Amino acid sequence: MGERAVQVSDAAKLTKDDFASDQVVRWCPGCGDYAILSAMQKALPDMGLAREDLVFVSGIGCAARFPYYLSTYGFHTIHGRGPAIATGVKLANPALSVWEIQGDGDALAIGGNHFIHALRRNIDINILLFNNEIYGLTKGQYSPTSQQGLITRSTPHGSLERPFSAGEVALGAQSTFFARTIDTNPKLMTGIFKAAEAHKGTSLVEVLQNCIIYNDKTHGMVTGKEHRDDHQLHLEHGKPMLFGADNSKGLRLSGLRLEVVEIGRDGVTEADVMVHDAHDPDPALHQMLVRLRPPEFPMALGVIRAVAAQTYDEALAQQLADGQARARVRSVKELLHSGETWEVS
Amino acid sequence: MSVTASHKVELDRVVVRFAGDSGDGMQLTGSQFTYTSALLGNDIATLPDFPAEIRAPQGTVEGVSGFQVQIGAVDVHTPGDEADVLVAMNPAALRSNLKWLRPGGQLIVDLDDFESRNLKRAGYAADPLEDGSLEGYRVTRAPITSLTKEALKGVGLGTKDIVRCKNMFALGVVYWLFNRDPAKTLAFIADKFRKDPALVEANTKALQAGYHYAETVEALPSSYHIAPARIAPGSYRHIAGNQATAWGLLAAAERLGSELFYASYPITPASDILHELSRHRGMGVLTFQAEDEIAAVCAAIGASFAGTLAVTASSGPGIALKGEGMGLAVMAELPLVIVDVQRAGPSTGLPTKTEQADFNIALHGRNGESPVIVLAASSPAQCFEAAYTAAKLAIEHMTPVILLTDGYLANGTEPWRLPDVDAMPDIRRPTPPADTAVPFQPYLRDPDTLARFWATPGTPGLEHRIGGLEKEDVAGDISYDPANHQKMVNLRAEKVARVAEHIPEQDIRCEQSGKVLVVGWGGTYGALLTAVTELEVAGESVGLAHFHHLNPLPSNTEAVLSRFEHILVCELNSGQFARHLRSLFPGHDIRQFNKIQGLPFRVNEVKEKIMGLCHG
Repeated sequence: MGERAVQVSDAAKLTKDDFASDQVVRWCPGCGDYAILSAMQKALPDMGLAREDLVFVSGIGCAARFPYYLSTYGFHTIHGRGPAIATGVKLANPALSVWEIQGDGDALAIGGNHFIHALRRNIDINILLFNNEIYGLTKGQYSPTSQQGLITRSTPHGSLERPFSAGEVALGAQSTFFARTIDTNPKLMTGIFKAAEAHKGTSLVEVLQNCIIYNDKTHGMVTGKEHRDDHQLHLEHGKPMLFGADNSKGLRLSGLRLEVVEIGRDGVTEADVMVHDAHDPDPALHQMLVRLRPPEFPMALGVIRAVAAQTYDEALAQQLADGQARARVRSVKELLHSGETWEVS
Repeated sequence: MSVTASHKVELDRVVVRFAGDSGDGMQLTGSQFTYTSALLGNDIATLPDFPAEIRAPQGTVEGVSGFQVQIGAVDVHTPGDEADVLVAMNPAALRSNLKWLRPGGQLIVDLDDFESRNLKRAGYAADPLEDGSLEGYRVTRAPITSLTKEALKGVGLGTKDIVRCKNMFALGVVYWLFNRDPAKTLAFIADKFRKDPALVEANTKALQAGYHYAETVEALPSSYHIAPARIAPGSYRHIAGNQATAWGLLAAAERLGSELFYASYPITPASDILHELSRHRGMGVLTFQAEDEIAAVCAAIGASFAGTLAVTASSGPGIALKGEGMGLAVMAELPLVIVDVQRAGPSTGLPTKTEQADFNIALHGRNGESPVIVLAASSPAQCFEAAYTAAKLAIEHMTPVILLTDGYLANGTEPWRLPDVDAMPDIRRPTPPADTAVPFQPYLRDPDTLARFWATPGTPGLEHRIGGLEKEDVAGDISYDPANHQKMVNLRAEKVARVAEHIPEQDIRCEQSGKVLVVGWGGTYGALLTAVTELEVAGESVGLAHFHHLNPLPSNTEAVLSRFEHILVCELNSGQFARHLRSLFPGHDIRQFNKIQGLPFRVNEVKEKIMGLCHG
């Protein structure tokens, strides 16, 4: 379609505004999704991608409206099936940057199967999981990440179920990239979105997102001003796991467990603090990090795991190239006449 | 037919059924007989009859594998109602297959296998060879196992490997019986076992021993000759339905200039399409074995959104799971081919047995008003054209198309005159017009077909958002406007209805008007055509309208029905298409003939039913 009389976008010149569509954004006032959308629109120009090469796919839920608000290609699909649809898009055209937006119900309840298998296959797509621990669009039922005992419209006596931790599910599914961020920190989000795009393979980003209507302040222990120094651990590969006001605290491995230590107390120095290795193929420490919860521990944020591994789409492209190089049959005509045939005259 | 020893009897057609334990190589034996006969110019149709269990205990009825073939000097459209010759390699094979042998038919058994332990395993209280229960058949008791052992002394193989060659001995007997030259199979053996000369020698000797045994012992009453059929000139090959479906999709992708994206989840009897397509990476085929049926349809929808010919396939249970995905493709107006290789339902049903009971789910099995195109293939080889047409209509009309095949077509084979691929109809990609407005309007339509345009990611200037929520006509923004919803529902219905202007009119075989019109669709074609043709020759006023296009129906459908006094809709279900025709075309005498036994129609039962209407 090279003759089309339309502008060919110059990715280098795009700004945040170029990634906004003409649609009115319709989330509830105060919803965390606004900040996530804004961070994404801010991050996209830095990725060096043309709008036409970006596809945002979503399932169903409040989060799933995301593609309508971006000026890229977008496909708002059906509940939980986003990873499967995104897989089809990516395999059909590996040159595209494919993003998939899910909520906690979409990814971990109705779409759990597609979610784990996308991660296991390591297809080069980016999944953003907006985790507000509640069903918002259906007006307030508990979700698979809701805290046990949560009172909701469908659990007036308290939820009976133990919550999924998205990171644990992901690592169990052999995820090669897992990052966690919060909707109150635009800078952290922007950086992580760019890291997710840079990673080859399925990148899973969990965004701790606030539902102001049905589950307000569910992440308050992490995001609240009074807690955030002590309850947020910002991980960076190769850097010590320090947190707290003035980085006065750190994490140390004690036996097979992580423990919180204070620098300068009981002879503890910064040298005793664990250094984050996001690239370690062994997921054992990453597993410990994703499980940390306040108030005993800080919540681990940042890129927790980013491991190089062959992607499904690369392997498939290789099979196609090998197949084409070796093929004895290259057209349907040749195929029809291959093998056992006979002539009738 | 004479029963005098060793003289040749000329036959128009004959049905041979091979039955034995799963490990006895009956499929191989049957297909070798088929190939040899095809090369001699006979017309042919085959049907394998696999056991449901993968490895049922040896010698049990559950473990019996069968292969039926009809060969003819005249046109052959079915594997035959009944066998003229049954080869039963053990008591279990006899017990489960005797019902397929016509009265007076020729039975060949391996006498060595009829001993007490095997009889008991097969569930026989007494030896059927001794108790008189086989009176009315011509029985040849051939000690196949012991003669095979005798013939293969000194080839340097163990007893187990030697006994495995007994199927070739049996094939040798059948080759003599039908005056077939075994050269083709000897060449096949030499190639198949080329890495193991001992096996080549053993199988060759077993085949020759069987042939010579039949020739010399006069254990068989006569030998038969089936002259070559009058077949249209051209290049031929054998093809099974699933393979033809796969190749039809490949042909469509090639013509479109697209890769073929095929996503599916393993299910009987559709998996062979996946197996076949996954061999063709060299032709740019992207096969994707999904984590479930839903993921398969969704991955295909994603690939379609990205601009690729996208296909998923399954059988009934999987089609039920794909319903929501199909609805999304209806709403997003994306091309998608869904192949339903029907099997007997409901639920798991009879997975290896055939049925036509998915017409209703194909037509209606989605929420909301969600019309799709529905096609049906009519013979194993016709699956090629049907799959090609399904892809063409899906793309040109930007809609899901369901192609109904069935287990009988999927596994059945027939000789196929190779089509001229270059002469197949073009497939036009509905690319947005060059003067398309910016921003792109995803629900702008082609005024002729009402199809929207296929704007694919990677194309600058055509960025747009679609999805399962109702959209505003033309612009494609989310719309909750009541009048707009009505309009979009109407447009989607009209788009599918207009396909009738792009498909051939319904033809009638045999009588063009008169007393009884037999109506069928799908895999019953061979049986219905044979029945109607035979009755027409016998002077009955009967025609056949066999439908390939089930939705929309060809534009002349009512005119076709109007030409006959009675309509007899024959289906392997409880009357789903008959009810559909009655609702669309009230005022016609639409009767129905139904069979739901997991089995195809027999020609004779169809003829009886038609005769009842002709003379009722």
